[in-house]
Amino acid sequence: MKMFAKTSTIAFLLSGTFAFAEPSVEVMHFWTSGGEAAALGTVRDKVLEQGVAWEDAPVAGGGGDQAKTALQARIAAGDPPAAMLMLGQNIIDWANIGILGNVNDVAAAEGWDDVLPQAVKDFNKIDGNYVAAPTNVHRTDMIWASKAAFDKIGAEYPSTWEEFNALAPRFVEAGIIPIAHGGQAWQEAYMFEAIAIGVGGAEFYRKALVDLDVDALQSDTMKQVFDQMGQIRDMVDDNFAGRDWNLATAMVINGEAAMQIMGDWAKGEFTNAGKVAGEDFACIPVPKTDAGGFVYLVNSLSFFTQPQADQADAQAKLASAIMDPEVQVAFNQAKGAIPARTDLDLSAMDACAQATAADFAETDTAGTAVPTFAGTHAAVASVVGAATDVITEFFNTDMSSEDAIEQMAEAIELSQ
Amino acid sequence: MTAQVEADFKTRLQNWLPKLVLSPSLALIFVFVYGFIIFTVYVSFTDSRILPFVNSSGQTTYELIGFSNYGKLFSLSHWEISLTNMAVFAGLYISVCTLIGLTLAILLDQKIRGEGALRPLYLYPMALSFIVTGTAWKWFLDPGIGLENIMISWGWETFSFDWIKNRDFAIYTVVLAAVWQTSGFVMAMFLAGLRGIDNEILKAAQMDGASNWSLYRRIIIPQLRPAFLSAFVILAHLAIKTFDLVIAMTGGGPGRATELPATFMYSYTFSRNQMGIGASSAVIMLMTIAAIMIPYLYAELKEKK
Amino acid sequence: MSVATQDTAIRTGRVTRTLIYLVLVLFALFYMLPLYVMLVNSVKPLSEITGGGMMSLPEVWTIEPWLKAWSTAQIGVEPTGLRPYFWNSISMVVPAVAISTVLGALNGYVLTKWRFRYDTILFGLMLFACFIPFQIVLIPMAAVLGFLGLSGSTAGLVLVHVVYGIGFSTLYFRNYYAVFPTELVRAAQIDGAGFFQIFWRILLPSSGPIAVVCVIWQFTNIWNDFLFGASFASGDGAPMTVALNNLVQSSTGVKEYNVHFAGAILAALPTLLVYIVAGRYFVRGLMAGSVKG
Repeated sequence: MKMFAKTSTIAFLLSGTFAFAEPSVEVMHFWTSGGEAAALGTVRDKVLEQGVAWEDAPVAGGGGDQAKTALQARIAAGDPPAAMLMLGQNIIDWANIGILGNVNDVAAAEGWDDVLPQAVKDFNKIDGNYVAAPTNVHRTDMIWASKAAFDKIGAEYPSTWEEFNALAPRFVEAGIIPIAHGGQAWQEAYMFEAIAIGVGGAEFYRKALVDLDVDALQSDTMKQVFDQMGQIRDMVDDNFAGRDWNLATAMVINGEAAMQIMGDWAKGEFTNAGKVAGEDFACIPVPKTDAGGFVYLVNSLSFFTQPQADQADAQAKLASAIMDPEVQVAFNQAKGAIPARTDLDLSAMDACAQATAADFAETDTAGTAVPTFAGTHAAVASVVGAATDVITEFFNTDMSSEDAIEQMAEAIELSQ
Repeated sequence: MTAQVEADFKTRLQNWLPKLVLSPSLALIFVFVYGFIIFTVYVSFTDSRILPFVNSSGQTTYELIGFSNYGKLFSLSHWEISLTNMAVFAGLYISVCTLIGLTLAILLDQKIRGEGALRPLYLYPMALSFIVTGTAWKWFLDPGIGLENIMISWGWETFSFDWIKNRDFAIYTVVLAAVWQTSGFVMAMFLAGLRGIDNEILKAAQMDGASNWSLYRRIIIPQLRPAFLSAFVILAHLAIKTFDLVIAMTGGGPGRATELPATFMYSYTFSRNQMGIGASSAVIMLMTIAAIMIPYLYAELKEKK
Repeated sequence: MSVATQDTAIRTGRVTRTLIYLVLVLFALFYMLPLYVMLVNSVKPLSEITGGGMMSLPEVWTIEPWLKAWSTAQIGVEPTGLRPYFWNSISMVVPAVAISTVLGALNGYVLTKWRFRYDTILFGLMLFACFIPFQIVLIPMAAVLGFLGLSGSTAGLVLVHVVYGIGFSTLYFRNYYAVFPTELVRAAQIDGAGFFQIFWRILLPSSGPIAVVCVIWQFTNIWNDFLFGASFASGDGAPMTVALNNLVQSSTGVKEYNVHFAGAILAALPTLLVYIVAGRYFVRGLMAGSVKG
């Protein structure tokens, strides 16, 4: 009897300890809808498989703005989540403060250095430490075109800006809106950077938007970028102000509009509507004056240093799950982006994804893949915010290109 | 203990008890409001970026940088726009709400049948969160699917109401939604005030031959002065805090046309990682609030004596 | 019909009365419109909404959007609907409203019946605290909550809402007690009643109306708060407003307007209920003193 009591007590204590120390990761993010949630779900499933509990902490709104505020509150309280969805410079900002933990062990064991392109490493491996794990790469300099609209006027997809501009009046005549646009500041910022690399090329983009070189910002090339943007202004419909981006995509899907300049997260909309690439729509890069050029955006979950040791272990498992080959493919099929890893078989993914992945590999080696400006990779949030103010002002008023480049250069300087 | 000592102790306790009871609330307010205000003022004089006292290179520094944040603040056209918008918004919001509230209260006070049904109808918008209000009105005022579309489909072909997409008029749509939300509450305040007016004075004035109109103008409305002041306090406080409504309805747009100081402060403090500038804008906001509220509070509380 | 509709001295002619009714009905329509739009569109299948006709009654009536909003809508990674978060809101709002109301009542009592030096200035300071925009206090409050070990907990949220609700509840009760006859208090004192006894026996019983005003005001503000809820409560413990925001701010895929509106109304039901149930006491309560200044 005594023995029984003893062993059962011990068993109880042991089980109690295990239950108490059940590893879990609290993941804060803003992927709350449809494809995004499904994509994150693939990571979650893998994590659960490893015996780690997943505490979901979603805060939607503002394209991540509200989540960022919630994160800052949590950090001020000294209670950061285990992982947070982050973009670009934000990761570097937090890393500089020293509150990001690293998963170098996992990275070394799984050989991340070899399978991640330099572009991705730039924003996940800070000062030699892997402080984040990338889930996917998006391409932002893309045009989504309605095949039906192009067939109607019997035109080819544009490969130069001249062709692009010449198409507009033809569409208008046929009763089709040339460009579907959602008039929100961030959308105009993405449009701007797509034009910047299209008109100016990768070299110019780097000088102006990454190095923030004043001469480049006030150069003729920059003026040409704004001129082109001004031309696009005449191609959108009157109701564009405040329109959500996916409603603009819907206009292309149902043939009301011919094209939308948007990152490749738009693909999910087409897939959800049952459209097939090549048959119903085309995903083409924006026209390029120079050869090459690819604007990338990396989504990663970054890891905050946690007080308990077993939490770090759980984070490592999360990191491993994110980089798992199967998870990378499944995630990106749901999200409409391309995997961060380069060593995967993408034959199961759609034509657009395969084309984008091929482009990425090529431009990464050639050095013409540039980080997104609108997505705060190329520059910090304050700079992007200030520049976006001018860009959106330009698009919404009759500001001249000369004024725009002057104001933008000034705003950028003030914000640093 | 003698009865005398016991009585002394009791009286002393009674003297201290009120202050004791009041002190937790005072302590909370002093720490969580005034303490934080001082904190914000301090931050506004440092180069804070993503966190208080953390500069752009990620180092923690408490160094004061003088008024440079304020200098930057006032060179931003963005800030000017938000201040102008605030003046327009607050001015219209407070005056229109007061006007509607007063009118409805006076009308409802006329022994209306069905007053019991109408009153909650006017009051219920206040129960909704500003996010819900903003989203509903955003949808309703969208030219493509909302009011304009309905009017056109009902046959009024040339009807157009695209204010919400118009840079010059968007702020008025925000005023509209805000007025919709709170004018019922203001009406309730005025109704309560009206009900408290002594009928005898009115009857006496009527016997002297005063018309309805002058009854209102000379006697009733002046007696509503406390209600006016209370309404002003409530409305002013809501106007200053307006944030959720703008974000839900226009996101600050088109462009920056509906930016308000609260949204400006939020955007610079959190989205743009420029806490120093955000804090300085907060200080300016607080100073403006103080400039308006302190004279009012002084006038209001002076009467008490 | 009782105190609510007093006999007024104003007389109005028939034409005027018709005009009055007209104006009142027009305004009623104005206030009802958005709610009507939300209700009507929350019982339509999505195809009817995208097909246009925002104002028209549904051709097909369906409560599916409501069911979805409640239990299967996508809030985060898991489709849980709003239900789990409902309880979070309740467990935060009820204590916060109760505590701030009680504190407000006691404060009002002290400030009006137990005068001491500088008490008006202190009241002024408390009142001014009503005006502080919440964005300003977000970060320092987070730091304090972290210091107290309350970060991410319901108790922390309750504390936050109590702190920022005290100003208003004190205002309401203080103005109410200010017109309460002080002689009754003096008489009780002479009879030997103590501080709390006077409060309990004399003031509290007749505080019904103003307590209702205070509760309604606090309940509405705290229930509808988003900023504090999003910043100080994590994932599972988040209040309903955060969940609703996640539901409505869906940035990809088809926007299911019908589910959004059903969700919005669901989220507003408790406050609407409070307004309807306690509504008629509301005006009575306002009348009873807070408006007199």
